[in-house]
Amino acid sequence: MIATETMSWKEKGSSLFKSWESLLLILLLLICLANTWASPYFLDIYNLMDSTAIFSEKAVIALSMALIIISRDIDLSVASIIALTSTVIGYFATLGFDTFTLLWIGVFTGAICGGLNGFIVTKFAVPAIVVTIGTMSLYRGISWIVLGDRAYTDYPENFWVLGQGYLFDLIPYEFIAFLVLAVGFGLLLHKTTIGRNIYALGNNPRAALYSGINVNRYRFWLFVLNGTMAGLAGVFLTSRLGATRPNIAMGWELEIITIVVLGGVNILGGSGSIAGVVLAAFIIGMLTFGLGLLNVPGILMTIIIGLLLISAIAAPILIKKFKPAGGK
Amino acid sequence: MWIKKTAAALMLAAGAMTVQAAESTDSIRIAMLVKSLGNGFFEAARDGGEEAAKELGNVDLIYTGPTTATSEGQIDVINSLISQKVDAIVVSANDPDALVPIAKKAMRRGIPVLSFDSGISKDGRVFHINPSNAELIGYKQIAMISETLGGKGEIAVLSATAQATNQNIWINEMKKTLKKPEFSGLKLVDVVYGDDQSDKSYREAVGLFRKHPNLKGIIAPTTVGITAAAKAVADQGLVGKVYVSGLGLPSEMAGHVKSGAVDTFAIWNPIDLGYTAVYAAHEIVAKKSKGEPGDRVRIGRMGSLKIDGKGETAMAEPFVFNKVNVDNFAKIF
Repeated sequence: MIATETMSWKEKGSSLFKSWESLLLILLLLICLANTWASPYFLDIYNLMDSTAIFSEKAVIALSMALIIISRDIDLSVASIIALTSTVIGYFATLGFDTFTLLWIGVFTGAICGGLNGFIVTKFAVPAIVVTIGTMSLYRGISWIVLGDRAYTDYPENFWVLGQGYLFDLIPYEFIAFLVLAVGFGLLLHKTTIGRNIYALGNNPRAALYSGINVNRYRFWLFVLNGTMAGLAGVFLTSRLGATRPNIAMGWELEIITIVVLGGVNILGGSGSIAGVVLAAFIIGMLTFGLGLLNVPGILMTIIIGLLLISAIAAPILIKKFKPAGGK
Repeated sequence: MWIKKTAAALMLAAGAMTVQAAESTDSIRIAMLVKSLGNGFFEAARDGGEEAAKELGNVDLIYTGPTTATSEGQIDVINSLISQKVDAIVVSANDPDALVPIAKKAMRRGIPVLSFDSGISKDGRVFHINPSNAELIGYKQIAMISETLGGKGEIAVLSATAQATNQNIWINEMKKTLKKPEFSGLKLVDVVYGDDQSDKSYREAVGLFRKHPNLKGIIAPTTVGITAAAKAVADQGLVGKVYVSGLGLPSEMAGHVKSGAVDTFAIWNPIDLGYTAVYAAHEIVAKKSKGEPGDRVRIGRMGSLKIDGKGETAMAEPFVFNKVNVDNFAKIF
């Protein structure tokens, strides 16, 4: 069965994702089955809904990060954008702004940070990895300068609702936001010309340019979009913690990129799907939650997720190797 | 196909690594959540927790923590502990504020949360267990040097920075202790500041020897200061003439204790701390105490805790290390 799928993948790019997604789906189901078998607390709708907090914020950023990576860029500054966003809304919270305004301030801060990334990348033609390593230090550095060893904790009375509120006492708002955004990103990437153009410039930027796509404008706005999502995630995370410190979300950029790559997005750009990214977010979330229920030490979780990621990257290469091009 | 196999293997591996999969309904499950795993201090606290669990008989201890010392990691762990419906959580927090919302959620679901070592803010726990308090720390340091010197001689304090709040509170307590009749033979001649830098602390210690030729003892209530002072004593050939004491880590101090520059020093004992935290959590779960301000909580071999008005409590006076026990603890922290 796999063999036929492999063949069709070679013939037609898009069916790779179909087969990759089905593999992810099988993996997710296996993880859920194993969790159910291993822990009596797994199959509980309230526990499952609570567990979405593990991945919702990261997954929101993974959606836009997927577009960035498909278009051959990368953004390592997202976790630092969270820190700066959180610091900015923490500052405005002390001035007495309400929850709704803080939400917009946070999203706007993220957009500005993303815009600066995009501006430097496109205007000065510096590789995105270099620029965002720089802004990674810059954004969190500003947060350190502002806060030092202090923390912002004076958030409005109802601010917690964003990150910890539930619809019908069951579904976290964060999770709903993720699902809605996932549908939005899916439509954008797979059903619009914008989406087609993102694939085009990821596959061959020069060809894309010659066929009339304003490549740099796309790249700039994708960075703005990614910053915006990081800003939104920053607001959610701040609400969930109820406090801002400069070390907030430390190291998240790699966890987010892990979700994207596990989701089948080619790290070299040009291919990938939102469905895969969504599935990968669930896989990492359910795996972490399941292992957590068994009190498996965190370091082993990291190892397991690392192995999963290496398998994900190795799988297509291995399949290619064992089914040489001349084979069929 | 192979992905399936890998996944299955992973799951089996995960199952094999299960630490606490089986549970009996009648036992009390207490989770000890530490700042991060792989830290000797907390592993010692876990040993103390195991000791309390064994002594109490019906307690299962779940020892857990994030890989890196972050509050986000601890929140994920608390989420999973809530899902497992553990009976109590004792936590050494990576952030006093960020853990408040999740700890409140745990308590809403009927899981009492205590903090130890590094506290959660007032709203997020039943009470916080400090390893010690200023009065006990101040007293102990004077008592140690007094015993070493036979109750008389000139002493000096080598502190961290002049503005360090806790240092100044401890020095104040030392001065108060010195007024007691049993310490009347000791004379505090100087307080100097090494700013918690090894080289500056070292120079300040040498300066003390020059300025006060009759100096018999140095108290350094800082881990940086005490090692620097002990090194200065050894380098200046004053071993046996000037003794260093104060607060230090056994792993850093073992050599100085052997050289004779240090007779005794103190720090909180993580084993006792873990024991106390788990024991206290059991008392709350078993409804033997509410843990409200003014209450007393029994803690087995450690006596009892008295909760103060801020919902905090102090376990005991610092634990004293000397050449008999320092090597054992040097392996731990």
